[in-house]
Amino acid sequence: MAQTPALSTLQDPASRFTVTPGVRRKRRTEGAAKWILSGMAAMVILPLLLLLTHLVVKAWPSLSLDFLLEVPLKGMTEGGVWPALVGTFYLIAVALLISAPGGVLAAIYLNEYARENWFHRTVNLAVINLAGVPSIVHALHGLGAFVYAAQFGFSIISAALTLAIMTVPVVITSTREALNSVPMAFREACWNVGATRWQTIRRVVLPNSVSGILTGVILEVSRTAGETAPIMFTGAVFYKAVERGDLFPYFLNDQCMALSMHLYVLATQVPGVKESLPYATAVVLVGLVLLTNSASIMLRMWLRNRKKW
Amino acid sequence: MRHYPTMGRLHREAMRMTDTPTSKPTAVARPQRPLWAIWGEKALELLIRFAGVSAIIFVMSIFFFIFREAAPVLESDRFSLGRFLGSVEWYPTSATNVRYGILALIVGTAWVSGLAVLIAVPFSLGSAIFISEFCGPRLKEALKVVIELLAAVPSVVWGFIGLTVTSRLIVEYAGATVGVNVLNGGLILALMCIPIITSIAEDALKAVPDSYREAALALGATRWQIVYRVLLPAAKTGLLAAVLLGVGRAIGETMAVLMSTGHAVQIPHGLLDSVRTLTANIAAELGEAPAKSEHYRVLFMTGVFLFIITFLVNLAADITVRGVRKQK
Repeated sequence: MAQTPALSTLQDPASRFTVTPGVRRKRRTEGAAKWILSGMAAMVILPLLLLLTHLVVKAWPSLSLDFLLEVPLKGMTEGGVWPALVGTFYLIAVALLISAPGGVLAAIYLNEYARENWFHRTVNLAVINLAGVPSIVHALHGLGAFVYAAQFGFSIISAALTLAIMTVPVVITSTREALNSVPMAFREACWNVGATRWQTIRRVVLPNSVSGILTGVILEVSRTAGETAPIMFTGAVFYKAVERGDLFPYFLNDQCMALSMHLYVLATQVPGVKESLPYATAVVLVGLVLLTNSASIMLRMWLRNRKKW
Repeated sequence: MRHYPTMGRLHREAMRMTDTPTSKPTAVARPQRPLWAIWGEKALELLIRFAGVSAIIFVMSIFFFIFREAAPVLESDRFSLGRFLGSVEWYPTSATNVRYGILALIVGTAWVSGLAVLIAVPFSLGSAIFISEFCGPRLKEALKVVIELLAAVPSVVWGFIGLTVTSRLIVEYAGATVGVNVLNGGLILALMCIPIITSIAEDALKAVPDSYREAALALGATRWQIVYRVLLPAAKTGLLAAVLLGVGRAIGETMAVLMSTGHAVQIPHGLLDSVRTLTANIAAELGEAPAKSEHYRVLFMTGVFLFIITFLVNLAADITVRGVRKQK
């Protein structure tokens, strides 16, 4: 890193070098740059944190365990978020079931099988593009491909498939990173005792990268939970009557409510909503996303500390 | 660089020797793997190869299915590609004279994402430089975690903040009559892009070898001199890629701009005018357009246009990044 003893000597007033005007100017610029840059970093982070705190403050009157378990009441102007919460869990579970194995296999191909050639580069470019395509375009694709062409109709399965395609790059990238961090020597040692390529992957590479893969999967959960546009036209609805605390309100071919969609609806479509209600929904959504993300970050830190090579 | 060619060949050779009967008979019969294991492995490798190709299949499928829904409108006499891209008149549900022109939407997207990038880039690069070069290891770790968490906040929440918080601030302090406008959308989009550009730019700065910094230090450079004489030139392509990815993100963002820019299909004359973007237009009207109607197909055509734009931006970012790798 940049901090080396040479620098502190330079800044030390009692340095035995003579302080010429040039050096003084240099130090002044250095100090100014440091202040301006740290100010910029502060201006980036503080407003964002302030806005999130503002959300929590505004949501406070509605926040309780009851808010999570209650269904929306009185034309969605009061009550809680239970059906949306369950719907989001359904969507996450189905999307994960499809994209996590696919993403891990794709990453294994890219890291363990593919050679450096034009085809490999094309696959890479496709992965980057899949992550970069606007979410509304994914929604159009889900509508055209799953709802109409495959005739799944407006359903959890269509929405989850759309979400799965949208979030699979997250799993691919982080799994690749995890696989890539397993030293080549491990593989070579395994090959030399006569293992095949798949045996090497199964017994050596995967066990050594499983936590890294898990990090990616958790990240994907958080991505999936927050997306709105892709599910808006493929399977999420404004309202669906669900019993309070009902754990299995939907079938896979049903439409469902989702937290992100619920927030959009409360904020823009329903008149006369209790003021703290959309804020509380936003807080639940942000809380869910940040919790899963923190879990992923903690797992990664634990992993880094534990690593022996 | 993954597979040492010699090692691979030796390995295959060894496999062949144990598998074929022509190999020298050994004193003790080696245990053979059962047939199902060998074939199972082959099947699994096929599956892995298929999964690897699937990303390409998905991208092609996206283009194919969107274009399939959009294509019939090309034959309609009320639609022409020239008017579609060149006209500001967007009256898709007019009873007498239906007109499909998305120029106003393109300009709206350009204004909002342009403003967002203009705000986000200096702040992002500034904080990336601060995090990478100026702060201590503990603060660095903490800031990186916070940035990563902020990048994870869903876009619908940003849209909600735009609708309820920043739009009110704009009405109060900027004197706008309507709070949901270009400025509001740009501001919200900038807040969304900053964590992303920051973390990619920080990666680009980290990728500059430490020996560069040490060489500059040895010549007596201060940290700021290192930054703008050594690091910025060395990392410029990586930083450019970060900015490009931010642009792609800004163009493609849907929910946040849908909720925070207002819904006026017009060419804005100032920062305080309401606009509508390409993405928001699809999200707002797709629910009302009857399936397979002309309006519905034109919205899919807008999707094709968006897909091509973001594809080009991502391609540009990828080529830039590849340029960096080649240099090394």
